[in-house]
Amino acid sequence: MDAEVVSESIEDIEIQLLLDALYRHYHYDFRHYARASIKRRLLQARTQLGYDSISAIQSAVLHDETILPRLLNFLTVQVSEMFRDPSYFRALREKVVPHLRTYPSLKVWVAGCSHGEELYSLSILFAEEGLADRTMFYATDINPAALRAAQAGVYPLDRIRLFTENHRLSGGHSSLSDHYTANYDRAVFDKSLRKRTVFSDHSLVTDAAFGEMHLISCRNVLIYFDRELQDRVVGLFGESLVRGGFLGIGSKESLRFSAHANQFADFVRTERIYRRNAR
Amino acid sequence: MSVRAVVIGTSAGGVQALSHVLPALPADFPAPVLVVVHVPPRRKNALVALFANKCQLAVKEAEDKEPLAPGTIYFAPPDYHLLVETSGTIALSSDEAVNYSRPAIDVLFESAADAFGPGTVGIVMTGANYDGAQGLRAVCAAGGHGIVQTPATAEVATMPEAALAACPDAQAMRLEEIEHALEAMLAR
Repeated sequence: MDAEVVSESIEDIEIQLLLDALYRHYHYDFRHYARASIKRRLLQARTQLGYDSISAIQSAVLHDETILPRLLNFLTVQVSEMFRDPSYFRALREKVVPHLRTYPSLKVWVAGCSHGEELYSLSILFAEEGLADRTMFYATDINPAALRAAQAGVYPLDRIRLFTENHRLSGGHSSLSDHYTANYDRAVFDKSLRKRTVFSDHSLVTDAAFGEMHLISCRNVLIYFDRELQDRVVGLFGESLVRGGFLGIGSKESLRFSAHANQFADFVRTERIYRRNAR
Repeated sequence: MSVRAVVIGTSAGGVQALSHVLPALPADFPAPVLVVVHVPPRRKNALVALFANKCQLAVKEAEDKEPLAPGTIYFAPPDYHLLVETSGTIALSSDEAVNYSRPAIDVLFESAADAFGPGTVGIVMTGANYDGAQGLRAVCAAGGHGIVQTPATAEVATMPEAALAACPDAQAMRLEEIEHALEAMLAR
């Protein structure tokens, strides 16, 4: 590639200043998020929140904290789906669960849980496999609104067909409809699925390890981080897992480039499931 | 301004259209080529295997944070958006669908326009929806080069028509002309 130096655009300067402001005033740290996606989201926020420029967002959010939650929804919230990548859940069920069964009690961390689709998927899977009563789930996110949505466990009914199909492909041996009630245009998931779940505000960027997990599932979160931040987070996961604990990441993510990769071994390579080394 | 990236977007009829354009690119093609084809999310990506055998350039599925290399064709993976960073690396995202599509052509084109400005060549070919129109407009607005498959020659004209309507500066060309135009542009 040409090494042409393109001078930084005004918009890019404004984005950097806004991210600095969010960190310095609110301690939300997006400075090491992959830039192309964060820019796309900020430009959407500018249009949809009705500002003329990124600088105008910066001024508004610094002077009016009620703007922050609205901005966070652009910067963090993602739509996911239950049992997304069914083969991942099938691998957990067939390859990881037999190991988990050997523990009298289990801790599972869904890091960056967003609206909770992954949490409920795992909770259903653990119930189906008879592990629910011995498992504590920890569902964390930096966005309080997302955590509230995860805690509510309510999804649009028109998404259920996809969730049901995914669940079936994942090897589910209950019917997904056993786990929710339809209420007008919404599916309300059974609260027994979250009775052993702790919802918590936790930042992978700035907070410390979360101890003694047997399984961490964090998919399509690392993809939004730059290499430096990915490296930090992989280290955090290593510290948070018991020896022999499992880590599942997104199908397009990899530990390959992390300085902490040597703490992990491939467990189900095709599904990006890793195992923390015994030493 | 030399060409820093060629971005191509297509949907219905796209595999056949690409089968004309991509194999014609010479082995010493000096820019990366990034391609978004609308594919069903859960289908395994058959495009790489299909085109690897036909093309003189290296063909691969785009990987997150991979540095772009000249003379390489990158396909967007199913169910992820494909973007480029100003640093010249690839970024994938699982942000929501755009124009009901993930990957979306607009997402790739807008990020390429932003990263490479006038060094971007955007090509919209056959397809049955409007994805790519806003992206091509962004490419042209950044000083890049917009090319659209002549709607009358496209298997499905909707996408090229929408792209031409959104980006009147773009040149309409038949598939064979697109191939020649690319070579000419890069030789300059």
